[in-house]
Amino acid sequence: MQDGRHTYPRIRNVGVDGLLVSFADALSEPANRAALAFRQALEREGWDGVEETSTSLVSTYVRFDPLAVDFADLRARVEAVLGDRDWTDAELPEGRKLWRIPTVYEGDYAPQLEEAAAMAGLSPEAALAEISTTRVRVQTIGFAPGQPYLGPLPEAWDIPRQTELTKQVPVGAVTVAIRQIVLFSVSAPTGWRQVGQTAFQLFRKDDDAPFVPRPGDEVLFDPVGADAFDNLRASGPDGGATWTRLP
Amino acid sequence: MDQIAMSALIVHKAGPGVTVQDLGRPGFLAFGLSRGGAADRLAMAEGPALLGQAPDLAAIEMAGMGATFEATGDIRIALTGAKMRATLDGEALAWNASHLVAAGAQLAIGVATSGVYGYLHVGGGVATERELASRAAHANAGLGVQVVAGAEIPLGDDRAGEVGLVLSPEDRFHGGTIRVVPSLQTDVFARDLDRFQAMTFRRDARGNRMGVRCVPVGEGFFSEAGLSILSEVITPGDIQVTGDGTPFVLLADCQTTGGYPRIGSVLPCDLPRVAQAAPGAELRFKLITLDEAVAAERKAAEARAGLRRGCQPLVRDVAAIHDLLGYQLISGVTAGWDEED
Repeated sequence: MQDGRHTYPRIRNVGVDGLLVSFADALSEPANRAALAFRQALEREGWDGVEETSTSLVSTYVRFDPLAVDFADLRARVEAVLGDRDWTDAELPEGRKLWRIPTVYEGDYAPQLEEAAAMAGLSPEAALAEISTTRVRVQTIGFAPGQPYLGPLPEAWDIPRQTELTKQVPVGAVTVAIRQIVLFSVSAPTGWRQVGQTAFQLFRKDDDAPFVPRPGDEVLFDPVGADAFDNLRASGPDGGATWTRLP
Repeated sequence: MDQIAMSALIVHKAGPGVTVQDLGRPGFLAFGLSRGGAADRLAMAEGPALLGQAPDLAAIEMAGMGATFEATGDIRIALTGAKMRATLDGEALAWNASHLVAAGAQLAIGVATSGVYGYLHVGGGVATERELASRAAHANAGLGVQVVAGAEIPLGDDRAGEVGLVLSPEDRFHGGTIRVVPSLQTDVFARDLDRFQAMTFRRDARGNRMGVRCVPVGEGFFSEAGLSILSEVITPGDIQVTGDGTPFVLLADCQTTGGYPRIGSVLPCDLPRVAQAAPGAELRFKLITLDEAVAAERKAAEARAGLRRGCQPLVRDVAAIHDLLGYQLISGVTAGWDEED
């Protein structure tokens, strides 16, 4: 893959103790799968001096101890693994789940649904239908603990972020921009537009598995009425969500 | 002999930014949780050197303003990081030193007189509950303990040891020149890199454990190309340039991903200097190569490893002091330390 200036995969340093393998300069399904699969491969290598790995949308990050590992040596080892195969062909991770999360798309629970729909060139009804029936995939977890970036939404949803920040969206807010949904794990200011609200808790610090969805999991935001919300919230950290194993 | 009972610190008063911190929780980046931990990681090496204990014990971090504590038992403490006014039952305590605090004594730590983040270490460490393998408070993630008035902070078992040691810390409390390596988007600022390195920045009043804003004394460093960059991994030390051209240096509690371009990344060993720059302090950035940066990190690690050897007795041998009348030998405080402010 090429963007005219760079050849991919591309390896760069991140500060003095990081290495980044990027598979593209724009979000794409194959590049996202490559990043996830390549991280799994590096985790299997278990190299000494590597402190942790993670993925973002189209890249795999390696944090290492720069006093134990030389960047050039690490780069050579990473290149060798890269050469093993075409990572953009990779399968999605194993053990994926499909989550169905009840979502309220009305009133104060969806303060910017109409605005976002208008930007996407859709009626609010059509917008709700598209968002609630598109199976979106966890492309990365980031920004806040357990917080997923999900996509892609249909092309109409390639809408920009706001220039001004919303002061605060609540935990469980469903927000949209650039063909993605961010489901908020914490209450935070954001430039993303809130189109719905769930009672789903993504980060459960006292649980054995504190970060609930995993990269590769898929999500459907099923519509429910506003009158159901309090009961969903009272029902526990899943907020009425259910899941099934994906093949 | 009686075993020393586990003690606690009763908090009578506390500034707004007093938290429990350790070296953070590495390993959760893939789940969106940044490492966090003490804003000044060098201070987290100095305290254990003074107390002769492991560097991974938790301490109390105080941002700009301290707190008033009372110990429920006799405890050892060490004070490091930004120098703050400290008294024990009204008598001045030396900073960068270890002391004995008797049960019931009032330890009052006031405003920072230089730097931002001061640390109170205790023998045995702060023993609040671990969450995700760390005691570090991470406000955005809702993890760890904010130290507030009325709280009782449990302390670990101290195997006891000496007090009355003092350390001459690396001066990192007045801004200065910060070493930076090129990072992910340094190339989109290629035309501006000389100007960036020649520029003086002032640490803005806007700053916290997530990052500090550095206002250029002159035109900013806006990059059109930087607006269309895909969100990418963020690490502490990254210098993000926001839409108005002002750099933010990201600190321990930064987010894990971000879309603003990064002009460079501060060396981990220089990051305490950024965290400790008080509002208004002048900062400059100097780009160095990756090899130079690794050498600097190695040197800093060696200096940290040698901290214990650098500890000196706080009360000096009277015979060795030339100008005895210039010193005040009360509670281990010498005029020499006070004059350093």
